[in-house]
Parts: sequence; structure tokens; C-alpha cells
Amino acid sequence: MAFNQVPNDSPNVSPILFWTFALLMLVFGAAVVINRNPIASALSLVVSFLGLAALFMSLDAFLIGIIQVLVYAGAVMVLFLFIIMLLDLRAEERRKVNVVAFAGGAAVAFAFFIQIFCVIGKLGAAKQTFPPLPAVKTDDVRNIGLLLFGNYNLPFQIIGVLILVATIGVIVLSKRELR
Amino acid sequence: MNTITLGDYLIVSGLLFTIGFAGVMLRRNIIIIFMSLELMLNAANLSLVAFSRFRVGADGLPNYNAQVFVFFIITVAAAEVAVGLAIIVALYRARQTTHVEDISTLKF
Repeated sequence: MAFNQVPNDSPNVSPILFWTFALLMLVFGAAVVINRNPIASALSLVVSFLGLAALFMSLDAFLIGIIQVLVYAGAVMVLFLFIIMLLDLRAEERRKVNVVAFAGGAAVAFAFFIQIFCVIGKLGAAKQTFPPLPAVKTDDVRNIGLLLFGNYNLPFQIIGVLILVATIGVIVLSKRELR
Repeated sequence: MNTITLGDYLIVSGLLFTIGFAGVMLRRNIIIIFMSLELMLNAANLSLVAFSRFRVGADGLPNYNAQVFVFFIITVAAAEVAVGLAIIVALYRARQTTHVEDISTLKF
């Protein structure tokens, strides 16, 4: 592993990179909600997920970042685009918006963010920077794998059964006639 | 602003969650609502990974339990997307719409 030997002398994330990717993720996340064309929304969601993967990498979570790109930006988004094109959804025609309901929804979302903001402001740990990691980069794939097949072996197998059930469920749901 | 703190990651995570929450509340297209749900799941993942990096253990490594949890969340979310989209396709076949205001059989 090439990056295994790189000394980690700068324990903290570069602020420029952090804010670049955070803004990228948030702007395209907002574009998902704002766009009226479902395909444009789905493509904005891909960019948002890529920005999030970069943030995972900045937190030294390389395995999670790569899984994020493969599973979300790859598999899940292909599924979304496939369904949008299968249903042949056009840009939504404008309907008359219930203004009271719209304002209420926006107010609830805004109040929710204010609440989160206040809670994080009260949290003492929120003002601390991240502690440095050891000079030699740790291989997180090995450590996560050891936990996954050791400590979390039973949940891991239950997840396998869950995916099997989901597969069968999707096939049953997609049959021509539901009985 | 000079160095990145845990709070910065949590604020960004909270903003992403709020965007997803607003999408669920404001949009009327069921597929967009579904995408907003994914945004909310990812916001939770971001704060989990940030806490994992913050809580460095006695051995100097991040707390990998949180990352295993994120792994499970991503797996369950992928299964959920598959089932949810199959339900949307079945719904579209029965009603020819993805607009939630047209699907009101259970409305009281």
C-alpha cells in the first residue's frame, strides 16, 4: 500500500478542501429538492454523494468513502435513473401550490435546523479539533473487516438474510399481477 | 475557521439532513421524496463517521465500531431503495401517477 508509509504530520483537515466539498455536497443536495426535472435531480444527487465521499475520505474513513461511491453513486443511482426512465417521467407540470402547507413545511424544516444548531452550540466537544492519528496510516479495511467478521458476525449474517428477503420481495412486487 | 472542528462536520451534517427533510415536506413527486430520504440517511452517516474519527481510542485508532455501523446503514439503505422503487413501479402501474396528491385512497 503506497499511502501506508506516508507520515500523517498534518492531523487536521485542510479547511479549503473541507469547505469546498461541503459546499459542493450542500449545493447539489439543494438542487435535488429544487429541480423540477427528476433526471436533473438524480444527477445532482450523484454529485452530492461524491462530495460526501470526499468528506468521508477527509475523516480517514477510506473504506466507507469507497463504499459510498460504489454503492450510492454507482448502484443506487443507476436504479433511480432506470426507474425514472422506465416510468418516462417528464418535468412536473406546475400545479397550484397550497401556500399555507408550503410555508408550514418550510417553517418546520427551518425550526428543525435552528434546533440542531443550538444543540451543537451547547455541545462542548464540538469546539475541539480532531486528535491526530499515529504517524503511520492505519489500514481501516483490515480493522473494519476484523470487527465485521468477529464482533459483528451475527448482525452481518442477519444483513445477508435481509438482502435475500429484499430480493425475493422485489421480484414478487414486480410480477405482472399482485394477488 | 482556521482549523476544522467536530462542530463544523456536525453543522454540515445537520444542514444536509435539513435539506432532505425539507424535500420530504415540500415536494410532491414520490421519487424526489425518496431521494430526499437518501440525503437524510447520508447526513446521519456523515455525523457517525465524524464521531468515529473524533473518539480516538487508547491505541490511537479511530473508533471503528461507528464505521461498521455506517456499513450496515448503507447495506440496509440499498435494500430499502430496491424495495421502495419496486413499490413505486407497482403503484405507477396501478395509478399512472407519481404525484402523492393523486394517491389518497387511505386519506381520512
